[in-house]
Amino acid sequence: MAQQGPTSPVPVPNKDANQPAPKPVREGIDLIVNDKRYRHTGEAGMPLLWYLRDVLRLTGAKYGCDQGDCGFCTVIVDGKAIAACQTKMEKMSGKRVTTVEGLAGADGKLHPVQQAWIDEDAIMCGFCQPGQIMAAVDLLSRQKNPSDADIDKIGNLCRCGSYGRIRKAIKRAAGTMKDKA
Amino acid sequence: MSGEVRLSRRRFLRYAAGTAGALVIGIGSAEALDRPTPVALLGDAWSQVGPYLRVAADGRIFIGVRDPDNGEGTSTSLARIIAEEMSADWSLVVVEPLGLGVEQGNGEPRFTYGRQRSGDATSIPAAWADLRQAGALARWLLLQAAARRLGVPADQLRGENGMAVAADGRTISYADLAAAAAGIDAPTTLPPLKQPERYTLIGQPAGDVDAKAVVTGSLRYALDDSVGNPVIAVIARCPYPGGTLDTADRDAAKAINGVYAVIDITPEQGQTQGMTAQAPALAVLAQDTWSALAGRAALKATWKAGDAPEPSASVLEQKALDLFGDDAGTPTIVREDGDIASARKKAARALEATYFQPWVAHATAETPNCVVRLDPDTSVTVIAATQSPRQVYTVVQRMTGFRPDQIDIQVPRGGGGFGRRLEQDYIAEAMAIALAKKDDAIRNRPLKVLWTRDDDLARDYYRPMAVHRLNASLDKGKKVIGWHQRMASPSALVGRATPDNRLWQSELVADALPAGLVPNFRSDWYPLDSKLARGEWRGSPHVTPTFASESFIDELAHAVKANPLDFRLAMLGDARQLPYSGRGGPIDTARLANVLKLAADKIDWSRWLRSENGLGIACAYVFGAYVAHAIEVAPTADGIDIHRVVCVADVGRAINPLGLEAQLQGATMDALSTALNLAITVKDGKVQQTGFHDYPIATTQPLPYEIETVIVPSTAEPTGASVIGVPSAAPALANAVFRATAVRVRRLPLLREFARLR
Repeated sequence: MAQQGPTSPVPVPNKDANQPAPKPVREGIDLIVNDKRYRHTGEAGMPLLWYLRDVLRLTGAKYGCDQGDCGFCTVIVDGKAIAACQTKMEKMSGKRVTTVEGLAGADGKLHPVQQAWIDEDAIMCGFCQPGQIMAAVDLLSRQKNPSDADIDKIGNLCRCGSYGRIRKAIKRAAGTMKDKA
Repeated sequence: MSGEVRLSRRRFLRYAAGTAGALVIGIGSAEALDRPTPVALLGDAWSQVGPYLRVAADGRIFIGVRDPDNGEGTSTSLARIIAEEMSADWSLVVVEPLGLGVEQGNGEPRFTYGRQRSGDATSIPAAWADLRQAGALARWLLLQAAARRLGVPADQLRGENGMAVAADGRTISYADLAAAAAGIDAPTTLPPLKQPERYTLIGQPAGDVDAKAVVTGSLRYALDDSVGNPVIAVIARCPYPGGTLDTADRDAAKAINGVYAVIDITPEQGQTQGMTAQAPALAVLAQDTWSALAGRAALKATWKAGDAPEPSASVLEQKALDLFGDDAGTPTIVREDGDIASARKKAARALEATYFQPWVAHATAETPNCVVRLDPDTSVTVIAATQSPRQVYTVVQRMTGFRPDQIDIQVPRGGGGFGRRLEQDYIAEAMAIALAKKDDAIRNRPLKVLWTRDDDLARDYYRPMAVHRLNASLDKGKKVIGWHQRMASPSALVGRATPDNRLWQSELVADALPAGLVPNFRSDWYPLDSKLARGEWRGSPHVTPTFASESFIDELAHAVKANPLDFRLAMLGDARQLPYSGRGGPIDTARLANVLKLAADKIDWSRWLRSENGLGIACAYVFGAYVAHAIEVAPTADGIDIHRVVCVADVGRAINPLGLEAQLQGATMDALSTALNLAITVKDGKVQQTGFHDYPIATTQPLPYEIETVIVPSTAEPTGASVIGVPSAAPALANAVFRATAVRVRRLPLLREFARLR
């Protein structure tokens, strides 16, 4: 479904993020989201969350609190999980962002963390889960075999209380990723 | 190519041929009119049925789910009920949420899919009563078609995993039979339901049907809907219940880049509570959420508290204690058996305890929000997570004057409900803004209204604060012969067209235990006045009373030096049925005793006397389900540590044990998190909490890693699952804390009170 954003993103036709960008057509903040180049030409103070949701229409990252407390808006920026509601676009120049929409392979094959979430039936209402999944991907990139204490440190909120299954899903994903490595 | 079978006086099961050789089955009323329905379900213009079921010629089976799913798992469980009856191949089932089914009746709307309400664990019992028939009709028609094709009598065929199977082993897939089945003459009576021994889906674990969409971020919650480039609105509301706007700089807001307009919202006078906006407010409309938020900040709105500002809970608590004093107030007598005064005279032992529970909020993961696509001359589409689509319709119809066929209510999966989405304030606000946005630039664009987290906490329909005072009389044999419970709370039914003598119904349950177990029993309810909006919260009439009664029973057991498990079992007494006027009754005392014993076994209750850790137990009967919690708490240097939590439930036949387990674990987690830490407090006439930093819903800590669940095998009629794990969790925790530390916590939140007492 084609959706026109309020301040239209300026996608650069070149899809390969590793090639040099063509000459700017307008001043703006260049960043890469899920391997595609974008230029933000709106307010520099806009948080990344609203850029993703309102401008790019990438709604996987959810609004939860606007205060960095809940983790619903967790995305990965340059390999680290961050709260998109607390990250202003002015800090995003040249950054590489991965949202939950960018996690599966180009062939549609799910990331092992996504698959583990399905296998453990970890979703209840599901609203916090994109953020939980991105936080888990971040944890597993640093800790191949996370302990319960490591998982506790994530601190993302699940209002439905699916914490037990989330814990199992993270451990299951750690197992799958180890087998593949 | 169609037919119908009478399901009840006013409703029919209908079936017909769809396009491309499909069989479509639904439940409709006698004079159905054309209604917009999900294309995937109907696949063509034939829309005389409330489409529950479509067997497509390509083998896929589309099942429409009528009740909203806000995380209760009904998308999965209701679809499984239909799929089971028709013996479908579950891997080919595609589940679609149904919007509201409404059509023009004789002067009033007719709701074609039935209640369509999710709350109080009602979806599964309702589905059990009628949706099974839709599946059974599908199977019957498909087998009739197969009988003709194979030349054998239909009663020698059976449905199995998406196929008609003959006695000689020949099979035909449902896909191949769909077109022919639509041409079969209707049966004269409802086709028989499946024998439970032959179930292959019901009772087996099933993952959530929306799981893949959720984990890939492709599931569109209402908040994610951006079709037509909506204008975004955020709202500055008066924080004072009963207050008014003082000053606001509208021009400063409009000067913010991207802001289109500022619109005043006024609650409609004379409307039922929960059916109009809660507070005077200013909506800021902008091109994106960030600009709207900046505009709202620029308003620098100030508000007046009005006369008689809302007092703090401590003032209400004192009023309750005054009311409990002699002759200070006249209660509503909710239930009275025997004579509590004579029981007290005969008593060898009399005990009294008073329990205090705070206001609490819902804090749904997805804050209230609503999308409105309005053409003032022709039609409106409203997209919102709700637990009550019919109420959404009522508000939208009132505010637009439209006919049913001009109103489309879409109900995507919601990010949590817990009772918050039974209220329509956020719908009414969005409609008011949509009707008022007349500027050329935005008039024809959709509208999306977002509540921020501080909005959500400041203007919830809170679970009422409550004070319970319990008195018990025990005879020499340690038997409870008298029980007097007094509760005071601001009723959630005030302002909802409820007579004064019924206001208690949102606060407590008349026949909740130990009613029926104690010969001299009285339950009184006293009203408290408050301006805070109140509502239902996860089965709330069961929640605060159960904390009080199950804590008090523990105190009684301690007073007579009895093991609290044995004391409870003795109170339950012989196996029998207790009359119960609420939903789900009568109460089978044997089933309740059974869950208590199973919980005790699971946590190894034999350690109760000697263990250094404290073991606590509690039970509840909730909407037909029997639930017990057993909890193990260890004392630590700086407080307590919850070691183990066991939850045992007998819900009758479990439709989806995996989903049921999730509901029990989630409800237990929420009940413990709420009991440990959460309170909404009022200061200077307004709610103080603004986010998860001061309304700290627990993350993984201090909750236990695992809620151990036991699901009792049963062939009894199924009950719901979504709230039943709440009521007994908090008292089991408080009882375990007492056993571990000798500190009896009679005031929640527990951790704060525990720190004060120890």
